[in-house]
Amino acid sequence: MEKHINAPLTDEDAKSLHSGDYVYITGTIYTARDAAHLRMYEALDRNEPLPMELAHNIIYYMGPSPAREGRPIGSAGPTTASRMDKYAPRLLDLGLKGMIGKGKRSDAVKEAIVRNEAVYFAAVGGAGALLSKSITSSEVVAYDDLGTEAIRRLEVENFPVIVVIDAQGNNLYETAVREFGEQL
Amino acid sequence: MKTINVAEITRNIKEMCIEANHCLTPDMDHALKDAVHTEKSTLGKQILNQLQDNLKIAGDDMIPICQDTGMAVIFLEIGQDVHFEGGNLEDAVNEGVRQGYTDGFLRKSVVGDPLIRENTKDNTPAVIHYEMVSGDSVKITVAPKGFGSENMSRVFMLKPADGMEGVKNAILTAVKDAGPNACPPMVVGVGIGGTFEKCAIMAKKALTRPVDVRSEIPYVRQMEEDLLDKINRTGIGPGGLGGTTTALAVNINTYPTHIAGLPVAVNICCHVNRHAVRTI
Repeated sequence: MEKHINAPLTDEDAKSLHSGDYVYITGTIYTARDAAHLRMYEALDRNEPLPMELAHNIIYYMGPSPAREGRPIGSAGPTTASRMDKYAPRLLDLGLKGMIGKGKRSDAVKEAIVRNEAVYFAAVGGAGALLSKSITSSEVVAYDDLGTEAIRRLEVENFPVIVVIDAQGNNLYETAVREFGEQL
Repeated sequence: MKTINVAEITRNIKEMCIEANHCLTPDMDHALKDAVHTEKSTLGKQILNQLQDNLKIAGDDMIPICQDTGMAVIFLEIGQDVHFEGGNLEDAVNEGVRQGYTDGFLRKSVVGDPLIRENTKDNTPAVIHYEMVSGDSVKITVAPKGFGSENMSRVFMLKPADGMEGVKNAILTAVKDAGPNACPPMVVGVGIGGTFEKCAIMAKKALTRPVDVRSEIPYVRQMEEDLLDKINRTGIGPGGLGGTTTALAVNINTYPTHIAGLPVAVNICCHVNRHAVRTI
């Protein structure tokens, strides 16, 4: 089913999303991938504040290509989420409400999603040119020295994603493959 | 004997890095267009249509097809009657990558050391495979490789007794494990035989063969067709979200091997199976 939601994500919106929903997100989201997650994790270990608010926010696992002049961002598709599995449960327990990436998640992440009534969305991998058209502004907010891996605040308009793991723990990667797969 | 100034290598590689990251080869383009019509899942079809829109935007607006513009893998088939002048060949190749990734607004995705992990900020060095061939020309293949799919690639050191079934099972295992992580519909490059490193390089090179060209060896051609059929019945589908288009092709290369071994490498590529080829 098609839905339009705003980001940051309310508790009600997060709970109302179901695995398989096609969702258009409008609002503010943040990017972080491997290196930024490692730095946030180390900051938490040292009891230091994070460079972004986690509560109700969505992190997009993405490192863009450089923007050409006059454009907010370059190519901007999702990276493989499982590389962030080590860090995601802790961030979810601190209030993170949504993640956008692509690919499988660990059982620990799935449990943290259910425990915190959060949601894991997939954007279409390898469609970075198309997805960049739904991003209206991009600003580095932390770890500028990491280049493409810096944390960016993005304003998005009707950014297209699909709910993979919902707050009930349903997982589209498992159910959809069963639907179309044949016993070989 | 032909003399080639390495500046010509630099210029070509720069252009090819940019070209490969914005336009697919005609065989890949056709295969993705055809898949829109054959895909049975509604969501799968929708994703394949998005990929069509993505390719159009990438070409029209010069935005890379994928933000992961890859590590630059470069095959150089050098005629043995060629003489290079004007500097070191490897430096010239890396200069081409540096210029292409900087001037072409491509992402710099290379770290200078695998554990210290500081970005080199110009996407160098490239991974270069040299091959000496007859003649007096140089064939350059630039194949930027994204790591979503590279990470799902495998090498299996099978036993001769595992035979054809063992090889097919290994390939299917790699594809099923890759699932949504490798951005399907994928292209599956396979190297069978040789040694540990030889099969991996063959698998990589197999990805540069057009997806509509089958092996000239009859039994290998049969394997390619059987495996493609099986892979497309796994249900993985476009984006791994279910469907009947999981792979566009299985390209297999083979080489003689040792009496005691049956090495198999599976190099998986996403639907952005990029390469540019030029002969100078």
